[in-house]
Amino acid sequence: MSEEIKAAKGESLFKLSSRRFLRNKGAVAGGIIVMIFILTAIFSPFIAPHDPLESNLEDALKGHSRKYLLGTDEQGRDLFSRIIYGGRMSLAIGVVAVSIAIVLGAVFGVTAGYVGGRMDNWIMRLMDILMAFPGILLAMAIVSALGPSTFNLMVSIGVYSIPTFARVIRSSVLNIKEMEYIEAARAAGQHEFKIILNHVLPNCIGPFFVLGTLRVATAILVGAGLSFLGLGPQPPTPEWGAMLSSGRVYLRSAWWVATYPGFAIMFVVIGFNLLGDGARDALDPRLRT
Amino acid sequence: MLQLIARRLIFLIPIIIGVTFISFSILRLTPGDPAQVLLGENATEDDIRAIRQKFGLDKPFFVQYAIYIANVFQGNLGTSIRTQRTVLTEVMSRYPATLELAGTAVIIASLIGLIAGIIAASNQNSIFDYGSMVVSLFGISMPIFWLGLMLMLIFSVILGWLPAVGRGTLAHLILPAVSLGANSAAIIARMTRSSMLEVIRQDYIQTARAKGLAERVVLYKHAVRNALIPVITVVGIQFGYLLSGAVLTETVFAWPGVGRLMIQSIYMRDYPVVQGAILLVAINFTLVNLFVDVLYGYINPKIRVE
Repeated sequence: MSEEIKAAKGESLFKLSSRRFLRNKGAVAGGIIVMIFILTAIFSPFIAPHDPLESNLEDALKGHSRKYLLGTDEQGRDLFSRIIYGGRMSLAIGVVAVSIAIVLGAVFGVTAGYVGGRMDNWIMRLMDILMAFPGILLAMAIVSALGPSTFNLMVSIGVYSIPTFARVIRSSVLNIKEMEYIEAARAAGQHEFKIILNHVLPNCIGPFFVLGTLRVATAILVGAGLSFLGLGPQPPTPEWGAMLSSGRVYLRSAWWVATYPGFAIMFVVIGFNLLGDGARDALDPRLRT
Repeated sequence: MLQLIARRLIFLIPIIIGVTFISFSILRLTPGDPAQVLLGENATEDDIRAIRQKFGLDKPFFVQYAIYIANVFQGNLGTSIRTQRTVLTEVMSRYPATLELAGTAVIIASLIGLIAGIIAASNQNSIFDYGSMVVSLFGISMPIFWLGLMLMLIFSVILGWLPAVGRGTLAHLILPAVSLGANSAAIIARMTRSSMLEVIRQDYIQTARAKGLAERVVLYKHAVRNALIPVITVVGIQFGYLLSGAVLTETVFAWPGVGRLMIQSIYMRDYPVVQGAILLVAINFTLVNLFVDVLYGYINPKIRVE
């Protein structure tokens, strides 16, 4: 039976999309990778063989061994345990930053798209200006001003991602606004705010979800980059970017310190990228690039 | 066309005002006092007051900003608190290094990305297609600073073939340029592939095949030319990003570019240099985007008419 027939027979969009998603091997692999990282982050204390903060100077910069699976860093801390705990930080940075961006992006995007006119123009010009800060510059400027800390890092990456969300949501809203059910709701006398909450926002959920997942990947990368520059969580907090940065000095004598955290970053980002691509293909195959 | 360029150039003015205002306000939120940082722990109250007066740090926020923006439009970006040289001199002295790095990176990225994308698309679902898409997934998911460290580990520390840090010879350029360009190469490869696949399905390609042209001619003479149109935009945008995104790569390889100047100035709380560098990079980014738009219109007559 073709998908159109199933849709015509009244199968819900959710069921259709989840079937499409499950058929996509890459998407399933991405989902599994992300799940593994989430579970590891939640159960870090049970999985990590050592305390990530416990330094043991006699064992500093030791290579692989049965006691230290991936070796130790310059303070003799177990690298494997630090990578496991570091996942908490990276996931938190990615998810919180993207949540900030989604909320503010939705406020700007919905206001611009729904109200339109001069308001639309002003908001979108502001977004253009934010986008004129290339790459991680805006995030760098914000975090350097607020001072380096985990929370400030999340805020800066969140603000940096606002324009992307605002643009996508605005264009969805512009489409939805013209739909007949919005007109019907208005004719039924519903308050504009209620229409936005009950009818406009729920119909933007697809692009929200797709962009959100892909942006978590970007946020994790940017977060690791800023931490690498010393603008993120401060020592001794285990964070992958910061671990890489401190391991850089020992590249000659102890290559593992700067090597393994990078693999962790890469795999979690691959997971979110695959998941996001899969969600996009499942929810709206037309968006496929 | 000229109208488009003029309109976009005028749009630079609000960009300059917006970017300066945002970076100015953000950096004024900073807790540290630049005068204190400059003079060190042992500075007396009088010394600090003198420095604050000299750099206008004692004036109200909006007055400081008004003076700054008026100066910016006269080409005066201020003086570095740390070196006492003008910001323009500071940034421009670092600019060639960044341009050299980003330029080489974008050339490497385009070459690899285009070739991989075209071959993958013309052999869709082959091992090469899957292989190159897997590699490009790694390419977009890898932190570039980590790739830089890994390349350094392999080619400088273990093999000893290339220098690890610094700038000077061509050998110094290879590792930073490759690690900076890897991410863009992956994005360009994906874009080229999907654009090629779209073009290959079109009727005129069928026609070209039907009239008996060799597959190679169909692909390289008919398909690639049209497939490259959207890719050009991506290459342009990537170049803009590379010019700015070099901060991490420049830090890893101790490359004396604008990115490193910016991060050093952030550590030193040298506001004028940070602002000036951000502004120049943002203008640069906007100009590159303008150039790409114009080029796009030039190559694709459909856009020009619209």
